[in-house]
Amino acid sequence: MLPYPLLSASLVIMWLALNGFSLGHLILGCVVAVFASWGMASLRPAKPRMPKWYLLPKLVGIVLYDIVRSNIAVAAILVAGRGRRFRSGFVTIPLDLQNPTALAVLAVVVTSTPGTAWLEYNSLSRTVLIHVLDLVDEAEWQALIKGRYEALLMEIFE
Amino acid sequence: MSQTILSWSMTFAQICLVIAMALAALRMSRGPRAQDRVLALDTLYVNSMLLLMVFGIRTGKVIYFEASLVIGMLGFVATVALAKFLMRGEVIE
Amino acid sequence: MSTIEHAGDLPAWAALAVSFFLVIGASLALIGTIGFVRLPTFYERIHAPTLGTSWGTGGIVMASMIFFTVLSTRPVVHEILIGIFVTVTTPVTLMLLARAALHRDRAEGNPGVPREAPAQAEEGEGEAVTAE
Repeated sequence: MLPYPLLSASLVIMWLALNGFSLGHLILGCVVAVFASWGMASLRPAKPRMPKWYLLPKLVGIVLYDIVRSNIAVAAILVAGRGRRFRSGFVTIPLDLQNPTALAVLAVVVTSTPGTAWLEYNSLSRTVLIHVLDLVDEAEWQALIKGRYEALLMEIFE
Repeated sequence: MSQTILSWSMTFAQICLVIAMALAALRMSRGPRAQDRVLALDTLYVNSMLLLMVFGIRTGKVIYFEASLVIGMLGFVATVALAKFLMRGEVIE
Repeated sequence: MSTIEHAGDLPAWAALAVSFFLVIGASLALIGTIGFVRLPTFYERIHAPTLGTSWGTGGIVMASMIFFTVLSTRPVVHEILIGIFVTVTTPVTLMLLARAALHRDRAEGNPGVPREAPAQAEEGEGEAVTAE
């Protein structure tokens, strides 16, 4: 009946929070949640496994800190404009990470940090192509992505 | 005093976001390629969403936040559809 | 400049915090869009709007949350939903657009774009990848 209990529960809570609590909305929200979880089940997504989910807050903390830092850096570059010359470029990074969920998380992290954008993942050669706005040293970026995010993600997901 | 600062900062935020929307519209009209225009449309959506949230704080009405949530969702779907079209529609494979 | 009627009993520290986050958020969104107009190539331009969608949105969401929590006029569900939604969806749109741009540039043979399945010369991993 309920293939994704967590999803259904959060849908009901969201429905009630948006519409205000009443018996009618509770019933309507439950109906919506049940049908949505059936729809989700028919898509058959791979269930993500996170053996070490308690490390997630550490990842979130690191990412928030990096986003603040790179916001300041990118804003400085854009404000300085033509005065300061910067060089942007593509970097290819070999990855050891194979879990699809972990790769998706890594893609979201890299793209939502200003200054780096995830372009494409090549599953044959297991490399990812990213574009960096202020590229000083390629090896530095490879070490940053691998050491700062990939190691932690591998620990969480594998 | 703090009320005046609050009111001025809201006006400042509104002016900033309107200029940002105008700049995004400028990039959308200037191009030069289709992907620039789609990215400009996405930026326009995000800025208008933020502008509606500032309106919501100013008036205290929930309807503005609902509107900005809807704009965010529509913008996401529109941009994804356009990006898929750019990948599959125009380039002959 | 008219004062905001429904914010009459907002304490001074909250008003200052709300103003601070509003100004930060809106300025970041504006700086991002200015960069979006000024940067020369598409792949550089794709970095600029993330300023507005990361801390631009974050600042305004934070301002709104402080404002309505301190006044306790209504629960702040919408702001949290908008924040989560923007954080999750922006990388998806940017990635799709970047891949579309790469695909178009490769199909037209534009210079300055890395080829498909980049060769791993410096790594020396003998995994042969045949590019069509």
